[in-house]
Amino acid sequence: MSHRELSAARARERATELKSYITGFILALVLTLIPFGLLAFTQLSRMALFCTIGLCALLQVVVHFRFFLHITLARNKREDLQLILFTTLILAIMCGGTLWILFNLYTRMLPGMIP
Amino acid sequence: MSTQPSRHPGLNLGEPHAEAHSANEEFVFGFWVFMMSDFIIFGLLFATYATMLGGQAGGPGPDELFELRGAFIETMLLLVSSFTFGMASLALKYREDRKWLIIWLLISLVLGVAFIGHELLDFHRMFDKGGVPSRSGFLSAFFALVPLHGLHVTAACIWLIALLGQIAVHGLDHGVKISLTRLAILWHFLDIVWIGIFSLVYLGGLA
Repeated sequence: MSHRELSAARARERATELKSYITGFILALVLTLIPFGLLAFTQLSRMALFCTIGLCALLQVVVHFRFFLHITLARNKREDLQLILFTTLILAIMCGGTLWILFNLYTRMLPGMIP
Repeated sequence: MSTQPSRHPGLNLGEPHAEAHSANEEFVFGFWVFMMSDFIIFGLLFATYATMLGGQAGGPGPDELFELRGAFIETMLLLVSSFTFGMASLALKYREDRKWLIIWLLISLVLGVAFIGHELLDFHRMFDKGGVPSRSGFLSAFFALVPLHGLHVTAACIWLIALLGQIAVHGLDHGVKISLTRLAILWHFLDIVWIGIFSLVYLGGLA
């Protein structure tokens, strides 16, 4: 059960990519354990918890995109990156609009719906 | 990252897989567009869930229904399966024999199925506590969002089983390689959606 006969360049590429997956996994693991750990073992205020959870989630999404989906800032990837950024823009408009309109409505008419 | 310029999201197969490598550019980009439309669906369901958080109608809320332990186990299962699928992609790219590819794929499949099983168990516990979809707006929004993700994972597992069958029957031809590249993207993407679910729904609900 041997490797394909790898040229030196290919073997180097493999080592780099393996390292990238492992780095990504460790980073993702740490960014998962931080919010779970804080919630389970500390008595932080709700606001501090929400901020940490949100920040860790954002960072972890970036880590997954970078190390597992190989979306980088390199020039040849711009098309994929643009698609993500455009989708994010659309989502920001639609989600932001939904939250804005509905919570505004709740404040004015249904205060019981505000969690 | 690598010496080769990359042509599409996910791990590029590279020149030794000539046919699959060049066909992948279009196939994977098309699949990527589909993934982004899925991203929008999930994003809007997250927004719906957030607006429905207050609509508990006197029914059970997040504190009573969610368990940190279950969410943590599911998170770990999915994260590790994402990593093992990455290892499968590397085995596909660099190895002549199929042994390690199949092993990593089977590990990913087992983890994926375990995730679905554990999630169903969680839903079952929620039902026992009166947390059924028809109970309140909050629960309807929850059961629109989280099981949709579970359904995606189920579909990905079925796809993986089908691909294992194709490998057994046809061997590793370029069609199978292209499918594996796309399934890898779906698999990693579903883990990204799960980050949103465990952060907003479970951790946010229990904080």
